[in-house]
Amino acid sequence: MRYLPLTADDRAAMLGVIGADHVDDLFVDVPAEARLDGPVHGLALHASEMAVERHMSALAQQNLSAGSAPFFIGAGAYRHHIPASVDHLIQRGEFLTAYTPYQPEIAQGTLQVLFEFQTQVARLLGTDVANASMYDGSTACWEAIAMAGRVTKRGRAVLSGGVHPHYVATARTMARFTGDTLETLAPVLEATPDDTATIAAIDDATSCVVVQYPDILGRIPDIAAICAAAQAKGALVIAVVTEPVALGLLRSPGELGADIVVGEGQSIGVGLNFGGPYLGLFGCREKFVRQMPGRLCGQTVDADGKRGFVLTLSTREQHIRREKATSNICTNSGLCALAFSIHMTLLGGSGLDRLARINHARARAMAKRLAQIPGVSVLNDSYFNELTLVLPTDARHAVRDLADAGVLGGVSLGRLYPDNPELAPGLLLTATETVTDADIEALATALETALAGVPA
Amino acid sequence: MNALNPSGWRPHKGESGGEAPQTVSGDRGLMLEEALVFEIGGMDKCGVDFDVEPGAVSGALAGHVRAAPLALAGLTEPETVRHYTRLSRQNYAIDLGPFPLGSCTMKHNPRLNEKIARLPGFADIHPLQPQSTVQGAYATIHELAHWLTALTAMHSVAMTPKAGAHGELCGLLCIRAALEAAGDAREVVLVPESAHGTNPATAAFAGYRVENIPATAAGRVDLAALTARLGAGGPEKCDVAAVMITNPNTCGLFEPEMKAIADAVHAAGGFVYCDGANFNAIVGKVRPGDLGIDAMHINLHKTFSTPHGGGGPGSGPVVLSAALAPFAPLPFVERQADGTMRLVEEEEAAIDHPGSFGRMAAFHGQMGMFTRALTYILSHGADGLRQVAEDAVLNANYVLRSLEDVLDAPFADAGPCMHEALFSDTGMAEGFSTLDIAKGLIDEGFHPMTVYFPLVVHGAMLVEPTETESKAGLDRFIAAMRSLAGRARAGDPALKAAPVLAPRRRLDETLAARKPVLTWRAAPAPPMEPVLSEIGGS
Repeated sequence: MRYLPLTADDRAAMLGVIGADHVDDLFVDVPAEARLDGPVHGLALHASEMAVERHMSALAQQNLSAGSAPFFIGAGAYRHHIPASVDHLIQRGEFLTAYTPYQPEIAQGTLQVLFEFQTQVARLLGTDVANASMYDGSTACWEAIAMAGRVTKRGRAVLSGGVHPHYVATARTMARFTGDTLETLAPVLEATPDDTATIAAIDDATSCVVVQYPDILGRIPDIAAICAAAQAKGALVIAVVTEPVALGLLRSPGELGADIVVGEGQSIGVGLNFGGPYLGLFGCREKFVRQMPGRLCGQTVDADGKRGFVLTLSTREQHIRREKATSNICTNSGLCALAFSIHMTLLGGSGLDRLARINHARARAMAKRLAQIPGVSVLNDSYFNELTLVLPTDARHAVRDLADAGVLGGVSLGRLYPDNPELAPGLLLTATETVTDADIEALATALETALAGVPA
Repeated sequence: MNALNPSGWRPHKGESGGEAPQTVSGDRGLMLEEALVFEIGGMDKCGVDFDVEPGAVSGALAGHVRAAPLALAGLTEPETVRHYTRLSRQNYAIDLGPFPLGSCTMKHNPRLNEKIARLPGFADIHPLQPQSTVQGAYATIHELAHWLTALTAMHSVAMTPKAGAHGELCGLLCIRAALEAAGDAREVVLVPESAHGTNPATAAFAGYRVENIPATAAGRVDLAALTARLGAGGPEKCDVAAVMITNPNTCGLFEPEMKAIADAVHAAGGFVYCDGANFNAIVGKVRPGDLGIDAMHINLHKTFSTPHGGGGPGSGPVVLSAALAPFAPLPFVERQADGTMRLVEEEEAAIDHPGSFGRMAAFHGQMGMFTRALTYILSHGADGLRQVAEDAVLNANYVLRSLEDVLDAPFADAGPCMHEALFSDTGMAEGFSTLDIAKGLIDEGFHPMTVYFPLVVHGAMLVEPTETESKAGLDRFIAAMRSLAGRARAGDPALKAAPVLAPRRRLDETLAARKPVLTWRAAPAPPMEPVLSEIGGS
């Protein structure tokens, strides 16, 4: 077996040192009735690289990959071009096959990357500090809500109607067990986000207001106004960013007054990967740092006075703090954070600005073309690279028809909100820098065909 | 203390008595220093070319645009590749040598797994694509789920948890949902003292009060104490929702009374959660379902070799008994009668899976880890997986018996260990401890073992070689450990200074925690004169 270095002679010699006749003597503590005598039912014997690759490739080929079709799906995961050097560098064994940097003297590579990552994320989100990453955006969002509860000692969170429904569902699951109260507002198919409703839901018992920026329908809420209203009631504002490329062009939530900013970092450096692994971004004001979840890397010096980095403030974490830990997160998303950081380094502030402008321009070109289709209208007054199209029919049917025509044409709001029929005409579409004019034309043509015969 | 130059290199006398030569660059041969990207990059640098001109910003962004581009330094591609390659060389890794972290399971990461995970059909598909376009992805998840349940003899598996601790939470939420559905709210979760810290943390997060279960002198769960705590009153009188047990446990020992423990907990109306962090010791040899377990997470990065990546991403599917399966989280994949796959999301679940406790995260879980783990399982096959467990246990016992005469091994007399060997600091000279052995290993070119865990052994050293270490590699490690144990027993003062040969010496963790510096901020230019004069003066 190619992954097992011991030879038969090695095994015999080692058993001799141990003083055992047979390897089963080492499993003596396992009761006989618990031992599996034969092989696992149905599992074949070991296989060559070639055979396994053949099997796995056949599975992969049953999927329509984003790069092989006009592709307009977003809704919390975005397809961007990733420079070739990113994937090359994250496959260096010293990064790929290292553990959590608990022995800092021989993990300065990982630790310095985390320190650089935290700096890049804090700058991007506009916060004082950021952690070394969370599992993903949805779990980061819940952790932020829980953190706001610890900071304010209040248990009622308001989630605006623009927050990604999976994030809302995740928070709802957790709140059910922690006893927090969630006030979740429903999205409405209107040109601007209903910030007034969000503000009206804030009261003196509110721990935090959660606002997505841009929101699930692609619209840009007025974070500053919400911050002012929340501050008046002593509540924190949590801004959620599912498309961090947007922050290359938009003012950062921290700059607009948000106390905690969380996000999904997948857009930068990490591919679509069918939903994971991704990485949660988490930043906040410096004064809240000891209430923050997740790993933190900090600067220090070694015994010779040289600058170095260590994991720090770990007394918040569960491997140390046990039942008094501040969060459920134990690991972070280290390799994805590395990919994010490398991509961000390649871009720099000027490259990110350029990338963001191109994304917005592609979305504008898409909006302009689709608005020409009879019966179809663009919902949004404001958008970055994602917007909602209102169709004269249930968008679930349109998505299916588009897929049959070989176009991966967005996400229907009916799939995201099965209980809300008023949203059914909504089709969420994203155009990143990967979308060509030909792709837009293919989408428009296929949509025209799909809608032919539907009363406008 | 002298000032740092921007790269952090403070010229100084050689660590080992001044013999090491000074260099102007701060680098020493292949020991390379690297400044922060913010210190070497610039706002005018970019490593990406764009082939489209963006044009003007439209009215759709009116009032929202930032005043100036984000103030973040960039680098061109050659500079980027060099920056990260130089940084990578300051890391120890399993690719470089043994990484015997007990409980963490640092085994070789097969490169076929990396290749497969990057096939466009897996890496370049969106989680919300129409179901007809991702049938192969659902089939992959379904196939891995099948093997996970077959290897554990469990009813079903929740695939979405993002890591081990997330999996623990999934299991406990299933248990709590099941108890609530039965109208039987309970308050307590029992956890052995030797447990991973995540166990009590998870139980507390799920709303339970945590109580410890004592261990026997042989390092096992004290069944009598457990039974006494459960009480003889049956389900009506018991307030224990669940017992969380790691098996093999964190002392590297199998819990031989697991079935009796499970029977006692079930008789009292509770559930048994097994921390599957150490499943790699028994995979293919023992099926946890045969031991009466109700839920167990499987760290795919431990047993099934997905890379640790410097601290994640992990993946923690949770296998469930028939009693807990109805409460499993959304979404999940199901094979339909016609052979096609479907995803059960909120809409379908209202009808088909009403007991679900809900969603734990966006999308479907760690697909990139699923493809790697499935590739690993198929590569090893039924015979290979058995051999994995046997070689892991053989390697650990070889280390145990090769070191027990020079290091205190508290449970060695009781019999063999499983996949990891546990030692204590008993017998070391006054002022010497486990930490000194660990730091000494760094100078010897090895990653240290897990230290000060489990908590039940004083100055614990938990050594997990894994099955992918050769005998020659183990012999080198054993020789280094024997030397270090001798130095710690003799009280060699040079050991207190270790490491002296690593990229950094011991780091001041107290300073880091007392005055946290978590992000880089531009500082005034360092005083060049003093630094240069120091080079000249030494």
